[in-house]
Amino acid sequence: MLQVEDLDVVIDSKPILENVSLTVADGEIVAVLGPSGSGKSTLLRAIAGLVEAATGDIRWDGRSIANVPTHRRGFGLMFQGYALFPHMTVGENVGFGLKMAGRDGIADQVEEALSWVGLEGFGSRQVESLSGGEQQRVALARTLAPRPDLVMLDEPLGALDRNLRQKLVTETREVLEEREVTAIVVTHDREEAVAMSNRLALMRAGTIVQTGLLDELLADPADEWVAEFIA
Amino acid sequence: MKRVRWGWVAVAAPPVIFIGYFFVYPLARILVLGLSELSIGASGVEARLIRVGWFTLWQAAVSTVLTFIAAAPLTWAVSSYDFKGRRLAMALATVPFVLPTVVVGTAFVALGWQESIGAILAAHVFFNVAVVVRTVSTLWSRIDPRIQEAARVLGASEWDVFRRITLRLLRPAIAAAASIVFLFTFTSFGVILILGGFRFATLEVEIYRQAVTLFDLPLAAALAIVQLVGVSGALYWYSRYQERTAVSWTLERGANLRRPKGRARTGVLFATLGTLIALAIPLSMLVSRSFTGTYYQALFRDDPVVGVPAQAALNSLVFAVAATLLATIIGILAATVITGHRGELSRWFDLTLMLPLGTSAVTIGFGFIVALDWPIDLRATRWLVPAAHALVAIPFVVRSTVPTLRSVPAETREAARVLGASPFRVWREIDLPIVSRAGMVGAAFAFVISLGEFGATSFVARPASATIPTMIFRLLSRPGQTSFGMAMALSVVLAGLTAAVVMAIDRARFGELGSF
Repeated sequence: MLQVEDLDVVIDSKPILENVSLTVADGEIVAVLGPSGSGKSTLLRAIAGLVEAATGDIRWDGRSIANVPTHRRGFGLMFQGYALFPHMTVGENVGFGLKMAGRDGIADQVEEALSWVGLEGFGSRQVESLSGGEQQRVALARTLAPRPDLVMLDEPLGALDRNLRQKLVTETREVLEEREVTAIVVTHDREEAVAMSNRLALMRAGTIVQTGLLDELLADPADEWVAEFIA
Repeated sequence: MKRVRWGWVAVAAPPVIFIGYFFVYPLARILVLGLSELSIGASGVEARLIRVGWFTLWQAAVSTVLTFIAAAPLTWAVSSYDFKGRRLAMALATVPFVLPTVVVGTAFVALGWQESIGAILAAHVFFNVAVVVRTVSTLWSRIDPRIQEAARVLGASEWDVFRRITLRLLRPAIAAAASIVFLFTFTSFGVILILGGFRFATLEVEIYRQAVTLFDLPLAAALAIVQLVGVSGALYWYSRYQERTAVSWTLERGANLRRPKGRARTGVLFATLGTLIALAIPLSMLVSRSFTGTYYQALFRDDPVVGVPAQAALNSLVFAVAATLLATIIGILAATVITGHRGELSRWFDLTLMLPLGTSAVTIGFGFIVALDWPIDLRATRWLVPAAHALVAIPFVVRSTVPTLRSVPAETREAARVLGASPFRVWREIDLPIVSRAGMVGAAFAFVISLGEFGATSFVARPASATIPTMIFRLLSRPGQTSFGMAMALSVVLAGLTAAVVMAIDRARFGELGSF
């Protein structure tokens, strides 16, 4: 279980996150929904340890991970724009986390991870030769391959066109649910958030305004902005 | 409390120690020596500094402008069009740049152009055309054509597009090329020593004369200070400019080139052939004149004064291998430090590492003989030669690797960290493989630089450890047709060696990656 408690993040003396609290139960998929610039990506980066918290705490299974460096947190983060390694093949990208963990049988696990996203046999391809949709799936496979405790997806479908997005929303959710992973999905798109998650967390100007199921939020919005944003 | 990052300390230590002992410390000794000379105010020192300083400055400025004018046609052709022989034309145009200055000087002597400002400027243009062509065309050919098309659709004429879009986008490359050409010509030594005779002296030549011929070390140190002030100013400006305009973008893999048609075809033909023919004249003269006697055979004969000239070739190769290893390892570590931190610290590190490039080889060699008697006297060892060469080459390795490292988006490294890579493994798995291709370019340049290095070597090489360039200069300094002929023959050998390495670099398709 992930617990974010009263988190403040300050970057270049500008407050980016203020007093953010969020809990994600095991096996739950939470969508963080909000307009661009509201601090969604920074929240993921703080959980991954890529930015430091000014105050507040982040706990995993009850233990604070504030002092655990990024590479030892065992979380997965799929970057907006994917951040695939340009000098490696698809297989090397997907196997990277396994290699870092010193696991055995990497080739088989890579092939398995590729099969989750429907890219069997793509292992030896160069990442530059892939289409946008294929890159998205490679990034997802790379994130899932080491079987991280927590998966974070940052605008996972943001760069794709509409038709592809509708197809991949369902696909991505299925992949997450089959693996029974605990996940946070960040998006600015209401439909996407609803389709991919069990629960919504609405974010505005660096704070989480309200959390709950879509029906709960519709029935009892915290303020006018929430009502308008999810309508 | 800030944690000490030992990984960074380990990466930064070799460059800091090497640059510190072989560069910063000798420079400090020169400063002490020179400042005391300046404060004494010996008669005539000031007037001499101003005269030599002014000549150095204006000839560098004029050389830079002339180089851009001469390089413009070929730069345009290879940046915009794909034509038969394009790669070959670029490779051939690069030959003068990689030629050792001693060879260039000898070639212009073979043309019969001596002791004139015209010869100096022509030799500078000849030498530097490739810097402009390659640096500018690397960027120019990769500008996304849609940007220009967008401007056309918005009503811009072809000229408007060039002036308002292309030229503006090229500004970083133009600034880079201009500052490199300016620095090279500002610190020009071999060409001026050979072609300027006693009438024209830049700061470099004057430092050499005062230190080596007249043994006036304090005056030489004072001159070195003037030199340093000018160069640091130029470098600081360039470094700031580069940081301001640093864009992290994914370069298009291939260049966006069209096939030339109609008038463009004629233009490309004239631009390419015209440039290449002009560049070929001094070299062909050198080669043909070197065969007008038995000069090549003479290189293997034992000469009572200079020994066996061919021995210098062996010395040069051994030194080049050692210098390349040193420069590549230290350069890549330094580039890692520079790109790993943003802000003041990284800029100062960058600037310090670039300084050997501008400080001039002569000051480096001069510093060695002034300072390296502490803690033990190293001045008699032959290994000072590769150390000096590495120092000259490090900025090239740094420059050829830093842009590649900067072009790696921060997210790529972050992705590796999230996937479990420690800082060291991020460097090994991400930075090192990506940088090693550019590092190969840097290494090849280091090799070529070492082969042709003359300024520093002229201070530190002993007669027994003479390199090809110092041997050529000794032969040129002796009267007589045979000595001049042997100098030409040895120049051709050196030119052939360096050209072979450069052609190999271009063949290996590294050429397009290098941005000097």
